[in-house]
Amino acid sequence: MNGQDLLLSVLPKLNALAGGIFLLTAFGLVAIRQMLTCLRIYVFQSLLLAVSAIILGYHNASIHLYLVAALTIAFKSMLIPWLLRHTVGYENYAKREISQVVNIPTSLLIAVAIAIFSYCIASPLLVAAGAGVFEKINLPVGMASLLLGAYTVTVRREAVPQVLGILAMENGAFFAGVSIASNLPLIAELAAAFDVLIIALVMGLLAMKIHQAIGKTAVGEMIALREE
Amino acid sequence: MELIFILIISSLAAALSLIRVGKRLAPGVTLLGTLAVFLLSWRAALSTAAGGEVIALRNWISCDSFSALILLLVAFVGLVAAIFSWGYIATTVEATDDRKIRRYYSRFNLFLLSMLAVPIFSHLALVWIAVELTTLLSVFLVSFESTPQALEAAWKYVVLTCMGAALALFGILLLYWGMSFSTQAAFTWTGLIAAAPKMPPVFLHTAFLFILVGFGTKVGLVPMHTWLPDAHSQAPSPICALLSGIETTTVLYCIMRLLPMFQNIATSYASRWFIIFGLISAGVAAFLLIQAKDYKRLFAFSTVENMGIILVAAGMGGYDAHFGAMLQIVSHAVTKSFCFFSAGITLLATGTRDIGAIRGLIRISPLAAIFLVLGGLGIAGAPPFAVFLSEFSILKAGIINGQYLVIGLLALFIVVAFFGIMYQINRMVFGSPDIILIEARTLFGRPIISRRKILPVTCIIALIITIIPVILFGIYLPEQLYQLLHHAASSLGRG
Repeated sequence: MNGQDLLLSVLPKLNALAGGIFLLTAFGLVAIRQMLTCLRIYVFQSLLLAVSAIILGYHNASIHLYLVAALTIAFKSMLIPWLLRHTVGYENYAKREISQVVNIPTSLLIAVAIAIFSYCIASPLLVAAGAGVFEKINLPVGMASLLLGAYTVTVRREAVPQVLGILAMENGAFFAGVSIASNLPLIAELAAAFDVLIIALVMGLLAMKIHQAIGKTAVGEMIALREE
Repeated sequence: MELIFILIISSLAAALSLIRVGKRLAPGVTLLGTLAVFLLSWRAALSTAAGGEVIALRNWISCDSFSALILLLVAFVGLVAAIFSWGYIATTVEATDDRKIRRYYSRFNLFLLSMLAVPIFSHLALVWIAVELTTLLSVFLVSFESTPQALEAAWKYVVLTCMGAALALFGILLLYWGMSFSTQAAFTWTGLIAAAPKMPPVFLHTAFLFILVGFGTKVGLVPMHTWLPDAHSQAPSPICALLSGIETTTVLYCIMRLLPMFQNIATSYASRWFIIFGLISAGVAAFLLIQAKDYKRLFAFSTVENMGIILVAAGMGGYDAHFGAMLQIVSHAVTKSFCFFSAGITLLATGTRDIGAIRGLIRISPLAAIFLVLGGLGIAGAPPFAVFLSEFSILKAGIINGQYLVIGLLALFIVVAFFGIMYQINRMVFGSPDIILIEARTLFGRPIISRRKILPVTCIIALIITIIPVILFGIYLPEQLYQLLHHAASSLGRG
């Protein structure tokens, strides 16, 4: 077996490893109280997305996917964390989020249920498409991360973990996207990358304004507007 | 070519509004820009009225009858909102704070640009990005008053709609995957409809649900509607008109465009979900209307109700129901903007948004009271107005189709909403004049001069322009518009 074949046989395994850790980071965002750690987990998750994009890029010989990987590393692991830390203010990251809507052990059980549920939705799609070895990892993991991100936003009360939840949802969609929509037009990929950047900017600035107005970023405690 | 000019003019207006020259430049540029955009959209709509297509860049930027209809509505409401903004912003923002005024107009133009882009783009990935941008570019307009409530509303708005957009993105990627192994056609609305019969049904179904829930969050479908009354009540009134009148409509347009995908599939899968979500939205909103304590929230709930009605009409299927849905889209967009403009001058005249605090508005400010009553009657669906005609044609189409249960429930919700709206507006307009002060009357941190008799002239002009279609379309549909609606309705297929 020469080097080329060896590499090709190792690639799916590497991708599966990246997928597994990717799923783990999505669980991390649900449960971890320390906000700075949450941000670091998001950076790590984005790097895993880039790894998967590079593996698939090599496998499909696609320049697009290398570009996706480069954009991911530049935007999601450098620019966005920098933006979020500067807009929201350093003192907020030292804090721990004490109260979540659901306590953490229960939360993790629900998260496991969500992950299983997304495998159930993904499997008929994989069967119908006659999917290859990469799609079989990326689609369910991406979908699970998408839904877990939505769950994160629902249970967290602080602004930063909510923003990270939304960004993790996008990461999940792109994790599936690199395998199932690898030849999306270049302009769409560029625009989507900038779009994520604008999300981080807008939500960071809004969190800053909220901090100025009420002296904290516990957005879950803002309940002035509701039906009686 | 006009489609590209529309995008360029809006971006130029946004950039020019930021220049620090005089006080009149930003509103003036915005007004001229929206006027030019409206005329160009009119041209585009006229050339698609015969059923053709305006193509600026094949597979990327093009308009058929349905998208031209949405484009025309966005441009019209954008124009009147720009006129209304002139007086409203000049009255409510401190004249010394001209930086804030310039920023308002710049954001206004950017927001309008993103909404114009939704119908103009035909490539699905770009449409998704345009929809996402409508949220991101309007967040700071919702939080414009910078009160804790406005910030809360803006936060809920951006969090929930971005969540929805991520779900919709996943749905769109699934559709792309499904298309990639059946055809080589471009990923546009028309390409999608052509490729749909060759795709495995499970793809269509899963992708459809992701997009329906994702974009449905932005349309304000119950149970994903919780952000909508907050955002649509806290934003400045001209922005409310944009949010409620057309932003919801442009996203609903994206959902309705998926309907023809299911044309050749035996199960009426999409229609069933349309009717379920539509009825739940219309029903819940109709009952929430009754307990509203803030008149802008009242109109916001009415938006949720109307979105439900349109979705039900689209789901019932058949040409007549689809035509009714198109008519309802038009009448809702113009009438709801009119309602929020009248709510805006009521706010200027009284300084409070609280329904319980206002009595006898007809004596405090007769003009505001008359417009508020007209708006209430118009949106509730009283006879001479446009909404009556469109709701009536939807109900009629449903009865001809024989969907009695759906029509019975829909008629019930429409009646409940009618009485809910009219009861609340009656309480405000009639009775002995009194404004009960619950909190200090300030708007943007500036005290409101009580019982202001003189309302800004541009606000009145905007209201008068908007009421023309509100009444006219209830009595008479111009031939060109009829043709446009006809082709748009046909493009939805048998459904």
